[in-house]
Amino acid sequence: MHIVVCVKQVPDTKIIKINPKTNTLDRRSAPAILNPYDAHAVQAAVKVKEEYGGLISVLSMGPPQAVEIIKKSVEIGADGGYLITDRAFAGADTLATSYALFKALDRISKDKPIDLIICGKHAIDGDTGQVGPGIARRLDIPPITNVIEISDIDLKIRKVRVKRKIINGYERIETGLPCLLTVEKEINPIEYSPLPNMIRAARYQPVIWAVSDLDEVDRTQLGLKGSPTIVGKMFTPPKPEGGHVLEGTPSEQAGQIVEVLLKNKELFSVN
Amino acid sequence: MQENRGVWVYIEQNEGKIEGVSLELLGAGRKLADKLEVPLAGVILGDSIRHLSDEVIYHGADEIYVIEHSVLKQYRTESYMKGVIQLAEAYKPEIFLYGATPNGKDVASAVATDLSTGLTADTTMLDVDVEKRLLEASRPAFGGNIMATILCKKHRPQMATVRPKVMKALPRDSSRKGRVIEEKMDLREEEMRTKVLEIVKDVTKPGLADAHIIVCGGKGMGDERGFQLIHELADVMGAGVGGTRDVVEAGWIGHDHQIGQTGETVTPKIYFAIGLSGAIQHLVGMKNSETIIAINKDPHAPIFGVSTYGIVGDAHEIVPLLIKQFKEAFKKGGEKTHA
Ligand SMILES: Cc1cc2nc3c(=O)[nH]c(=O)nc-3n(C[C@H](O)[C@H](O)[C@H](O)COP(=O)(O)OP(=O)(O)OC[C@H]3O[C@@H](n4cnc5c(N)ncnc54)[C@H](O)[C@@H]3O)c2cc1C
Repeated sequence: MHIVVCVKQVPDTKIIKINPKTNTLDRRSAPAILNPYDAHAVQAAVKVKEEYGGLISVLSMGPPQAVEIIKKSVEIGADGGYLITDRAFAGADTLATSYALFKALDRISKDKPIDLIICGKHAIDGDTGQVGPGIARRLDIPPITNVIEISDIDLKIRKVRVKRKIINGYERIETGLPCLLTVEKEINPIEYSPLPNMIRAARYQPVIWAVSDLDEVDRTQLGLKGSPTIVGKMFTPPKPEGGHVLEGTPSEQAGQIVEVLLKNKELFSVN
Repeated sequence: MQENRGVWVYIEQNEGKIEGVSLELLGAGRKLADKLEVPLAGVILGDSIRHLSDEVIYHGADEIYVIEHSVLKQYRTESYMKGVIQLAEAYKPEIFLYGATPNGKDVASAVATDLSTGLTADTTMLDVDVEKRLLEASRPAFGGNIMATILCKKHRPQMATVRPKVMKALPRDSSRKGRVIEEKMDLREEEMRTKVLEIVKDVTKPGLADAHIIVCGGKGMGDERGFQLIHELADVMGAGVGGTRDVVEAGWIGHDHQIGQTGETVTPKIYFAIGLSGAIQHLVGMKNSETIIAINKDPHAPIFGVSTYGIVGDAHEIVPLLIKQFKEAFKKGGEKTHA
């Protein structure tokens, strides 16, 4: 069983700073990390491998430094990884990104056919969740989004069963392999990396490909050129007026709020 | 591209019920369509759902495209996307909006890939540049209090998923008339790769989205113990409890309680924002609440920009006072209300 996990290097949005003059990201302020949802995706692959055996490869598109997140994935338990990196990929939106990753997956599957692709639900820098389904469409395999459990895999009849989050609950789905899953964080906690993984990760060097290493690439579909969406403008949202700032001692202010609350008695479900 | 005309809204139905966000999008879509002087259309797929067409028209649509098929009984990406693509290719809308729900995002992502067009995720503001016929879909951009407007200049339809509860539905008007267009689709159950085995509704969940009062706490509560004050205040009123992302990541409360861009969007009658700064990603999830009461020790905290009542002060001092006075007032009134 060959599982490929798609991973992305993202700025840690918790620490990120914006330059208020230019409305652009101050990259120096943001350390680059493995997208948290992708860490859960790698962990999910490790769980599947523990039960059914196989090989885990990770794939990333990004700058040369993204090698670091492939090493991080090896720490979690991936067997190896591929990084596609090229100027031509720069400025890609979700459509162009899914095209580039699709081409890389195509190349990987020529060496070793892929049975299952796992992606994180979304990347925390863009929050779109559109790349996973995009890859699946291009490969013409079923995309299953918002997966919270991978319960059964039957390699003989090539079927997998998963739980998928929906509005107010979940659904259990069965689909054929190969397929693509995007996973939520609750699929599994990230476990501590065993020492041998850490040692292997420290020395690990992924396979690195440029566009020229991929087959039959239509360059007009890559990067900025291949991206239908562009950022028109960045702006600070109009500042709302805001309301009434209360005055008085803390106790008087609390009293004013209680008065407001008592006007809405019907809302309280206390007894 | 020239020939693409009209604004479309994907109408999400689950078990024969239209999702609220779809009606909200009809409200937002109506404005766009009027500016562009084109019809507004709904698109609905399912099994035995024809009767929902009227509802879609009553909420603002001029037209409704309907595909009924037994294979469409449950949502599946492969069957639904096929239907949506068939319609979009045949009737060529210029703008196509979807609710940013699990299934809305799922179908939109697949459709965008097959139509090779742009899709903006989790939009919170919509407008059009009438002259260029461009959809201006804005969403919070990463980090900081910034919005980005995303454009799709050369590809049609221009697509966006839109957060639930940020747009306003129009009042239902049952005198509205519209055109129903029924489409046929060639689908066979044997050819489906995916099967839905079971749908489980989780009724025990705290259901923040339905709460009338929500008390939400932020990093300013100090630590997990300080955050208990939020629970206490919520308890005396029987309110729901929310947290900012920072609080959820610190483990003070579960992810189900996160309010904001990557959590729930809520519109309760009363929203307490306590010890939270009011970052844009938080505001998009709560700013349409009816009454917002903010407590923050920083008078310049952005949360005061959206609050109805603001208290500048220390939450650790104010909240216990609130709890005490609220309890006393309730006792004095001698009244008890039940949910
Ligand atoms: C892609 C992305 C998605 C995001 N999604 C979400 C989301 O869904 N929801 C969300 O909430 N955030 C989200 N965020 C994070 C958001 O940008 C903010 O970082 C977060 O909301 C801040 O949380 P906070 O207000 O609790 O903390 P802070 O910003 O640290 O604010 C703490 C506040 O408490 C006040 N304070 C401190 N002590 C006291 C005291 N004793 N009494 C009273 N007040 C006090 C301070 O003045 C300050 O205003 C997202 C960010 C990104 C980049």
